[in-house]
Amino acid sequence: MADLVSHPDEVKVVSKRFGRGATNIDRYLELDGYKAVQKALAMQPDAIINEVKNSGLRGRGGAGFSTGMKWSFVPKQSAKPKYVLCNGDESEPGTCKDRLIFEHDPHAVIEGVMIAALAVGALSGYLYIRGEYRYLSIIMQRAIRDAYARGFVGKNIFGSGRNLDIYWHGGAGAYEVGEESALMESLEGKRGIPRIRPPFPAVVGLWGGPTVINNAETLANVPHIILGGAEWYANLGTPKNGGTRLFCLSGNIAKPGVYELPMGYNLKKMLYDVGGGIPNERNLKAVVPGGSSCPCLTANEIDVNMDFDSVAKAGSMLGSGGVVVVDDAQCIVKFALRTMKFYKHESCGWCIPCREGTDWLEKTLTRFHRGGGLKNDIDNMQYLSENMLGRTFCPLGDAAAMPTIAFVKKFRKEFEDHLEGRPCPYEKEGAVDQLPVMT
Amino acid sequence: MKFSDEFEIRFAEMVPHYPIKRSALVPTLLYAQDEVGFLSDAVIAEIAERLDLTELEVRNVISYYSMLTTKPRGKFNVQVCTNLSCMVRGGEQILDHCKKRLGVGNKGTTLDGLFSVEEVECIGACSWAPAAQVNYDFHENLTAEKMDRVLEDYRRKATP
Ligand SMILES: Cc1cc2nc3c(=O)[nH]c(=O)nc-3n(C[C@H](O)[C@H](O)[C@H](O)COP(=O)(O)O)c2cc1C
Ligand code: SF4
Ligand code: FES
Repeated sequence: MADLVSHPDEVKVVSKRFGRGATNIDRYLELDGYKAVQKALAMQPDAIINEVKNSGLRGRGGAGFSTGMKWSFVPKQSAKPKYVLCNGDESEPGTCKDRLIFEHDPHAVIEGVMIAALAVGALSGYLYIRGEYRYLSIIMQRAIRDAYARGFVGKNIFGSGRNLDIYWHGGAGAYEVGEESALMESLEGKRGIPRIRPPFPAVVGLWGGPTVINNAETLANVPHIILGGAEWYANLGTPKNGGTRLFCLSGNIAKPGVYELPMGYNLKKMLYDVGGGIPNERNLKAVVPGGSSCPCLTANEIDVNMDFDSVAKAGSMLGSGGVVVVDDAQCIVKFALRTMKFYKHESCGWCIPCREGTDWLEKTLTRFHRGGGLKNDIDNMQYLSENMLGRTFCPLGDAAAMPTIAFVKKFRKEFEDHLEGRPCPYEKEGAVDQLPVMT
Repeated sequence: MKFSDEFEIRFAEMVPHYPIKRSALVPTLLYAQDEVGFLSDAVIAEIAERLDLTELEVRNVISYYSMLTTKPRGKFNVQVCTNLSCMVRGGEQILDHCKKRLGVGNKGTTLDGLFSVEEVECIGACSWAPAAQVNYDFHENLTAEKMDRVLEDYRRKATP
């Protein structure tokens, strides 16, 4: 469905089967499919975990936690069944990569879940796919059925005497459900309200059993690591940031698309060489480097290597791989407002700093953008956001606050330009007559 | 309450996937809604009974998920993304265009019951922005003209 792109700098690992018919199980087998899981079946669980640890694979869902480390937290003995849960809720604005994996290489996700299950001793794995991705859910369901029919999944897999079940599950529209503990609540048939931690999911997760939760891209990398070896994979990236990453280029860029580039690829090069630069004779104003939760970088800050540690050093996050490019025809106040409108809409309402904070910030930004801002509002927005940080029940509160702080700090002048009833300099129609009534 | 055979087969297959029945709730609601058009009182009562839940428990879950609705919508729900990647490429203009063309406001339904329009958050089509979904089908790299053609195709589909 979605168009594929390519660029000579790409290193295709997760995307190597894209566009090659690998949804068909026979074709997948021709393309080295289900070899990794058979190799893993002959390995000790600790050896699998060590291989993944040494590969430097870090979570592609956003936080960038070491995958092998996460798996090692699952207790060896457990009275309750253990589970592997694949997070395919993909809803972070700017992110559209898991979609391509499900569409083009569904069996790789199944294989990744299976290897994770073998590593931690789980007997079942669940694939949670967001409700909007119905066509992908259909592709996944067929892939699972085909894998069962061949005896790759189910009882006595590959004649090994071991059992391992794989199931699909569908969401129904909720960003917050992508948060790992809310994801489990949703899979248990409830509202997606997060759980208090500790206990962490690795110890008490789905239906009370120890649970490994990984992003779909993270899991799709695992078979390649098992086959190619930890060293090969680690060397594709930078120290402590193994492998490649699917970067979703979007926004005001000449060649938007999902590109698989080595970890640590330079952002400036990504925008100008891979993405073809800024179209319409415009200039770059800002980039959101890893999905809407990440503080933006200004045009002067883009000489940064895109791995978790370098982007963190530059004051932002590599996040989910969604690189949103903003040109100088865009109003940052409006951009900040749209960001906040999203978080306000998606806040589950469970804790006050997030529920009230996002609401107030959205209201303030709305008034501000329409020219009714007060001078104090600029500092107040920053103050309010800073006071949300670290004080919410789950990271959604931080995800709303962090980009706001960056917008206000880095583009203060644009906020000032909206003051005293002046119309938004970026919009044609006058702004003052649209002043909202503040209640 | 009667659902299609396809629904029943899927439901029967899905429930044993979980250690507790309730886990099947969210996907079951969405599939039921796809058949009936919305989650009517009868659908809610039926699903509550099948999964050993109270109707209140089911309603409580419905109100959380943005795709689930207890109100009828158009046969074709036109969901236009206006989130960041789409916004900077004209997503809001596409939304306005749809509203004007169909003569409805956000979440409104045309009088003939054919279309409704909804502003939605990111649908995972950011690199192909601006984008919209009509029911479950993606329409990407939209322009006003392309959107018109999309709407026209659906209209034709409905009137054989
Ligand atoms: C509000 C919120 C939304 C999230 N949405 C997603 C998501 O859609 N997909 C995803 O993989 N991770 C998402 N995450 C991160 C998950 O909580 C979790 O860290 C991740 O799935 C772990 O997998 P990884 O270690 O492979 O990245 C979200 C986190 C938060 C706080
Ligand atoms: S931070 Fe927001 S989303 Fe997270 S629990 Fe609190 S209200 Fe819910
Ligand atoms: S922002 Fe519109 S699809 Fe992601």
